[in-house]
Amino acid sequence: MSECLPCSTDNWPDLERGYRAMLPREILAFIDAHRHQERSESMLIATLHQVQAHFGHLGPGHLEAVAQLMQIPLAKVTGVATFYHYFRLQPRGRYLINVCLGTACYVKGAEKVAQKLQDELGIRFGETSKDGIFSLESTRCVGTCGLAPVVMIGDEVHGPLTPSLVPGLLESYLARAAEDLVAEPSR
Amino acid sequence: MPLPVSDFYRSLADRAVRTLADRDLENQILIQVGSATCEHAAGSQAVAEEFVRHIRASGRKDIVIHRTGCTGRCSREPILGVRLPGQLPVKYERVNRDLVHRIFTEHIQGGVPVMKHVLDHDGEALPEREFLFCEGDRCQKGGVDLRARFLELLAERGVEPHRVGVATTSCFGACGLAGGAAATYLLVRPEKILYRVASEADLLDILQEHVLQGQVVARLRVQEEPIALEFLERYGDVAFFNRQSRIALRNAGVVDPESLDEYLGFDGFKALATALERREPDWVISELTKARLRGRGGGGFLTATKWTLARQQADTTRFIICNGDEGDPGAFMDRSMLESDPFNIVEGMIIGGFAIGAQKGFFYIRAEYPLAIKRIEQAIDACRAHGLLGRDIMGSGFDFDLEIRLGAGAFVCGEETALIRSIEGERGQPKVRPPYPTDRGLWGHPTVINNVETFANVSAILRYGGEWYSRIGTPKSGGTKVFALAGKVRHTGLVEVPLGTTLSRVVNDIGGGVSGGKQLKAIQTGGPAGGFIPAAMQGMEVDFEPLQKAGSIMGSGGMIVLSEDDCMVDIAKFYMAFSQEESCGKCTPCREGTTRILEILERITLGKGELADLDKLERLSRLCQRTSLCGLGRAAPNPVLSSLKHFHDEFLAHIQDKHCPAKKCVALIRYEINPEKCIGCTICARNCPVECISGARKEAHGIDQAACIKCGNCFDVCKFAAIDRV
Ligand SMILES: Cc1cc2nc3c(=O)[nH]c(=O)nc-3n(C[C@H](O)[C@H](O)[C@H](O)COP(=O)(O)O)c2cc1C
Ligand code: SF4
Ligand code: SF4
Ligand code: SF4
Ligand code: FES
Ligand code: FES
Repeated sequence: MSECLPCSTDNWPDLERGYRAMLPREILAFIDAHRHQERSESMLIATLHQVQAHFGHLGPGHLEAVAQLMQIPLAKVTGVATFYHYFRLQPRGRYLINVCLGTACYVKGAEKVAQKLQDELGIRFGETSKDGIFSLESTRCVGTCGLAPVVMIGDEVHGPLTPSLVPGLLESYLARAAEDLVAEPSR
Repeated sequence: MPLPVSDFYRSLADRAVRTLADRDLENQILIQVGSATCEHAAGSQAVAEEFVRHIRASGRKDIVIHRTGCTGRCSREPILGVRLPGQLPVKYERVNRDLVHRIFTEHIQGGVPVMKHVLDHDGEALPEREFLFCEGDRCQKGGVDLRARFLELLAERGVEPHRVGVATTSCFGACGLAGGAAATYLLVRPEKILYRVASEADLLDILQEHVLQGQVVARLRVQEEPIALEFLERYGDVAFFNRQSRIALRNAGVVDPESLDEYLGFDGFKALATALERREPDWVISELTKARLRGRGGGGFLTATKWTLARQQADTTRFIICNGDEGDPGAFMDRSMLESDPFNIVEGMIIGGFAIGAQKGFFYIRAEYPLAIKRIEQAIDACRAHGLLGRDIMGSGFDFDLEIRLGAGAFVCGEETALIRSIEGERGQPKVRPPYPTDRGLWGHPTVINNVETFANVSAILRYGGEWYSRIGTPKSGGTKVFALAGKVRHTGLVEVPLGTTLSRVVNDIGGGVSGGKQLKAIQTGGPAGGFIPAAMQGMEVDFEPLQKAGSIMGSGGMIVLSEDDCMVDIAKFYMAFSQEESCGKCTPCREGTTRILEILERITLGKGELADLDKLERLSRLCQRTSLCGLGRAAPNPVLSSLKHFHDEFLAHIQDKHCPAKKCVALIRYEINPEKCIGCTICARNCPVECISGARKEAHGIDQAACIKCGNCFDVCKFAAIDRV
């Protein structure tokens, strides 16, 4: 399954159906809209962004489906996905905590906040908490240096933080996760 | 027959003016709430919601909430503006839900501002009317200090200070409008009237007619609108802004970034209309030449030259790209401009496309900036819907469209050849130059790449003239530069000043100096590609060449203030770790060089450095500088070299005395409890993550040095200063 089959093989329609089943409708529409345009391969990064936004990460199956449907060699798709730090190849928790370790945050004590987060969550950078709620990662500047040190959780930026503010912050997200679970128990 | 472009523009602008007039903002109570990533982080959304709740509960229909971007006052956010009809606007800082309630009941319902929370205010009552005198260099004072004289006159006439405030501000940008005899400009708020005064007689007239009778002195009034008018009108009395010159940021924090009408209301797209109507790309380029606009992305290349190079190509398929990758970790001006005044950047791009004869432009924005992406998307859509993008723009026959492409977290993609490959959907690895992108860029066609801020200046230059722009700045570089002031400085935020302003003015006068009363050690400019300017050199003028001479670079505008608490070896190591991580690995000197340099710096901060390491650092750095393929590798050693040059002693202290003067390098410090001061409160013991502090209640505690991981928690939590860091 992992080698890139030329699309002229007899069973391409079957294969294509299989790959299409792996991606949500919006992304298929996006790929289809660009497929026959000039320079469609330049939409690869945009497509990967969408896949990651939908699934939270880029799994091997996703990469293969993108490669096949966009008609781009899998080696190239993988190469691009691994080159850019923004793309994650592993699944992650419900909330991604990105600790800013940019210059402004660093000089304002981001390391201590990072340490506190690791202690509180019991995980290190690149890991996900056992309950699957938090993943911890670091980033270089989210552009709110004026509020340094900052931490980005999901799409929300928090700052300026001190280690002592960390437990309360995590609490608030735990509460939110609990609320969501009540609201949509199926997840 | 009038030209179609001017008709098109006029009808568009008229419609916008009508829409704005229908909203009748002048006669409503206006609540301004910032909406940008930093404002949101500070809680501006909750503040806006709370206001909506209050308005609804009060049943009032005369209160409007106005969304704006950010003005760049990060450390004071969320900022909230309240303007009652006919009165000076009041800005509040660090607003929260409780304060909203007070502002609503006391200020809006009761008419009395909550003075204690007014932005940067010393707590005195606000005047009814304010006179802002320009103290810019280009306003000739003619020997008399007109502002001082005006104050004397006010006192002589017994005008009470609460009725008339007098303040100074930097260049309004009015000086370029009318030349001639010595004169100073003066803005009166809230009426928004600009006077040009040359003598004491003029002052007397203003006093007699305007101050005492409330009548405008028509003879002295300037009709043209200076560039920063709207901004000054809303922020005119705040010291932080009065020392700035807002050109690139003129609309930031004033305009609604999601409203094309408001942008048009601020003369938006007038520059584009003029350029299209004249049908002369050369005119655009000649204005930029006069302006001496240099690229704000770091290199300082003349924008007019770059555009000319692309324009001269035989290949007529051409592209223009806005570099919104903003990779310097510690810089955020591009984000703020994209979020706060997106139409202005779009206008700059269209003008650029017209000037070089491009059919298509790309915004390359880093994925870490979701709000900036959204705002640019909205701006592009609105422009398409109103004939400002797409086919036959404004009826001029010029076809041009814009598209957004997202970065994906690779610093090297800010480099132009890497950026081009990233847009092409490839791994973002740089290529050898030449060929330069202006010869063969995106998909092999001539391509111009400019920074966000470069584009932000274009429309202003065309509106007010290259001549005018060049008068701000230095003989080599026209205009202003936006700096992102962060680190150990009191007022963090965005600062726009004329090029040639001294570092000290930016950091001390505008930034309020080092926070916490500490000593300034150095100012870092240019991020990982830049260097350190030691405190002793803070009198230096900021411009491309002086910074380079001092071993740093202008860079994109990140400015990190470092205090006595920061260790230069540690910060140099920080930057090197960044560059090492971001090296794309294509060429050996950069890939291996940064790794080796980082190892040596690590050794030194661990107290294991040797004297010979300093030589090695220097040699490796020079090698990396000379032989790397792209700007990342070539500039990566800059922070190391400049810290070696200016802070040699600190390196020696780490190596010879095994001592970190800033007490920052963990391996070289210890925490000790002073038994004289310790009262045995046990707080430290309870906060120690490795439980290495022991002692009985109410008795002096002690630290087991072998187990201590030097996290510093105990030092931070002890309320009796009983713990020393040695
Ligand atoms: C490693 C590296 C990173 C860069 N990052 C940026 C960036 O984030 N933003 C930017 O505008 N220019 C960046 N540049 C400079 C660009 O290559 C290019 O010179 C610039 O965008 C040109 O625009 P300007 O002429 O308007 O300054 C970077 C250069 C290098 C070598
Ligand atoms: S200098 Fe560094 S970033 Fe640039 S091409 Fe070489 S390895 Fe890549
Ligand atoms: S916190 Fe300070 S005073 Fe309290 S036990 Fe520790 S060292 Fe002593
Ligand atoms: S520095 Fe940290 S580990 Fe060491 S004694 Fe203090 S709290 Fe404990
Ligand atoms: S350095 Fe952390 S937000 Fe910029
Ligand atoms: S120097 Fe006074 S308006 Fe420019």
